[in-house]
Amino acid sequence: MFDLTINGQSRRVDVEPDTPLLWVLRDTLGMTGTKYGCGIAQCGACTVLMDGQATRSCQVTVDSIGAAKVETIEAVEADPVGRKVVAAWIAAQVPQCGYCQSGQVMAATALLRETPKPSDDDIAGAMTNLCRCGTYNAIAAAVRHAAA
Amino acid sequence: MDQILRSPARAPEGTATLSRRHLLGAAAGALVLAVALPARVRAEAQGPAEGAGAIAPKPGTRVPAFLEIRPDGTFRFLSPFVEGGQGIATGMAQIVGEELDVDPARFVVECAPPGPDYAVVNGIRMTGGSFSTRSSYPLMRQLGATARDMLVRAAAARLKVQAAELTTRDGTVVHAASGRTLAYGALAADAMALKPNESAPLRDSKTFRYIGKPVARIDVRDKATGRAVYAIDQKVEGMLYAAVAHAPHPGTEPVGLDNEAAVRSMPGVHSVHRLPGAVAVAADSWWRARKAVEALTVRWSAPKATGLDTVAADFSSDGLLAVLKASAEAGHAAEAEGDVTGAFARAAKVVEAEYAAPYLAHAQLEPPSSIARFNPDGTLDVWLPNQMPELFQGISAKVAGVSPDKVRIHSPMLGGFFGRHFPYDSGNPFPQAILLAKATGRPVKVLWSREEEFARDGLRPLSFSRFRAALDAAGNPTAIEVRTVGEGPIGRYFGALMKTPVDPSAVEGIVEKPYAIANRRMTFTKVAHPVTIAFWRSVGHSMNDAFYESFLDEVAQAGGHDPFELRMTLLKDKPRHLRLLREVADLAGGWRRGPYAAGAGQRARGVSLASPFGSETATIAEVSVEGGEARVHNLWIAFDPGSVVNPAIVKAQVESAAALGTSSVLFEQIVYRDGLRQSRNFDTYPILRREHMPAVHVRIVESGAPMGGVGEPGLPGVPSAILNAIAALTGQRIRSLPVANTKLAGA
Repeated sequence: MFDLTINGQSRRVDVEPDTPLLWVLRDTLGMTGTKYGCGIAQCGACTVLMDGQATRSCQVTVDSIGAAKVETIEAVEADPVGRKVVAAWIAAQVPQCGYCQSGQVMAATALLRETPKPSDDDIAGAMTNLCRCGTYNAIAAAVRHAAA
Repeated sequence: MDQILRSPARAPEGTATLSRRHLLGAAAGALVLAVALPARVRAEAQGPAEGAGAIAPKPGTRVPAFLEIRPDGTFRFLSPFVEGGQGIATGMAQIVGEELDVDPARFVVECAPPGPDYAVVNGIRMTGGSFSTRSSYPLMRQLGATARDMLVRAAAARLKVQAAELTTRDGTVVHAASGRTLAYGALAADAMALKPNESAPLRDSKTFRYIGKPVARIDVRDKATGRAVYAIDQKVEGMLYAAVAHAPHPGTEPVGLDNEAAVRSMPGVHSVHRLPGAVAVAADSWWRARKAVEALTVRWSAPKATGLDTVAADFSSDGLLAVLKASAEAGHAAEAEGDVTGAFARAAKVVEAEYAAPYLAHAQLEPPSSIARFNPDGTLDVWLPNQMPELFQGISAKVAGVSPDKVRIHSPMLGGFFGRHFPYDSGNPFPQAILLAKATGRPVKVLWSREEEFARDGLRPLSFSRFRAALDAAGNPTAIEVRTVGEGPIGRYFGALMKTPVDPSAVEGIVEKPYAIANRRMTFTKVAHPVTIAFWRSVGHSMNDAFYESFLDEVAQAGGHDPFELRMTLLKDKPRHLRLLREVADLAGGWRRGPYAAGAGQRARGVSLASPFGSETATIAEVSVEGGEARVHNLWIAFDPGSVVNPAIVKAQVESAAALGTSSVLFEQIVYRDGLRQSRNFDTYPILRREHMPAVHVRIVESGAPMGGVGEPGLPGVPSAILNAIAALTGQRIRSLPVANTKLAGA
């Protein structure tokens, strides 16, 4: 049994200690906004925030979470920065297939909370998630838009 | 241990290859049937559309099959096409909404179930070939107009006025004289009972509000907030999760499990299964199923030692390329014009080159999954990513041992596709889901891990072509000869449709070029691959335009001409292409090849043209070299699809295709060694990352030519423009892809 704090709510889950947070979210809790893409921290589709830091949830075992506060895409608009990011994503018409965009939005939210006026280098450093549709330029435009 | 699962559709005992071919044969056969039969017969073969004795509909005409007008003022549109990022859901809402007089933002678009109403792509149904908008545009406009006409007539009866006195305004019928209005939702039931007028007048295109405008996509909010639902996100009651481990060599089988009892006692495990060419574990969560299946110690039958009829123990991509190069078999004529032999005999100079491109994975970000559920009434529901519902319905029925009319296919939006979701031999998880649902008596969701996806994805075929050109004394090409050896996905999967032995998907991009080279001989020699090959965004164009346009630069260089000027010369009687070349040069601030100083070093540019999927493109790439690697800084693309429905989506699609073209030419390859693919995940199959994404500048040119495709055509010009820029900068002519295999000179 593990007690987790997800989007401000406590959730108790009965899974093996080495279960990745990603699969706790998706299969145990039914929160499918966080996506599985590679399972090896390459793509970032599974990005969530842990104590505000963008984190690849496929690499976080449930027994390592402890009291850390987990935020997922399901609650992104409950946060003022997250709300701005989503609005910018819509204004810039970023998504195509959309599958990576949950992770991209979470990564952008973490970046802008920490660095409200990011430079291009900041964006390059923080926005490392893969997008097979090639929306990278639109993502950068949306991050700048949200920062403006 | 369950019995080895065997569906009635499969061939008996140990003939995995045969049984897979059997499935494939059924697949290709279904399409052949669909094309060969008149629409009416075809529709009847699929069963009545509704009720007993319903008359088979003409595809794209029966309003209630497409449109549900909901009381809450939203409009549910059942689309013939599946949304996978290309924006077709929004495009359909624009086209239908324009004529129906409803704001596209009020549409909810879903992919329709199988049915004869949706066979709107030249009599069949698929999402592919960049066909969706161009094939269905007139039909969908008329469908919207027909529906609006029914609503107006229903309103006329209700209000007891003449239909001619009524107008419409965004989902409402208006009687201006009396000031009365009726919402479409209040009229829907009456309207749908009326006889449709299939020649209801269309809107004057000068008054379009939605078509041709950069209307916002209808799916971006859901996709930006995690609410979009893909196949991988779906769940049905009582469902088991299954993970599979495939045989290392396709075509081999599990012959023994050494620790089955131990694995079965792992947490959450329901059962352990052998499948054709794989083992599976069903459990109460996917992670538990995956851990368990990866804990299984499986003994597999041995692959063949050698040969090219299967992926043998010694198979390698290098070995296959050597076979393609060494082939001496005469080719079938793919294009023959003029006196090629004579032109070479008279040539002042002859240029020759060989080009090769590797196997490529789709690497769409959503790993494939499928849910199968047998219902008490004998029907089967299958949820799966797919580009061709009727084809998957037929195969599902065979695997399940039921008739196709018992199979409901659900087609959720796709987390990228790029050609991934056609049936490819053993390249899709849905037959496994059906077999496991049958074996367990429960609904089962099969999800392939990324590693299993890289192991079984259908691949763009490794490709090879040999080029020769004859030049006259002025350095102008007088003849071109191309020998292509290999195999394409149309020949593999839809070969029965081909009218000649030439596989169009193997030679497209090499034949039917616009250039005035009088003497041409292009041939195709089939050498079948043992590998599961596939359609991949822009298919044959994705490598062939890279080959041809690179070789054309070699011809220019050999003849002492600037590559841009040579193209202008060879296109002097082709106003559409000339205009695009001028447009792209203008977009790039004028043509200059370089090298020239820029940033901290030198850069150079390359140009290319391509004519894919009914559209035309001209591309200029700007490249530098840093640390032996190419950096693409800018891509300028002039794109002429004839006319457009949504310029914002078109630009986004061209940029997306340009990103994939950049990714493929620079980085991507699936290498086989010892019969095994060497890439298992994104760490060993690098795809384009943010730091390599160039700035992409797109100019849409609406020439008014017949509407061409949009999703794929942005790609084919990009690899060759990049290769030509690299050659201009470094003097290195890369003829074997990807670029990453070559250390580049200079800085």
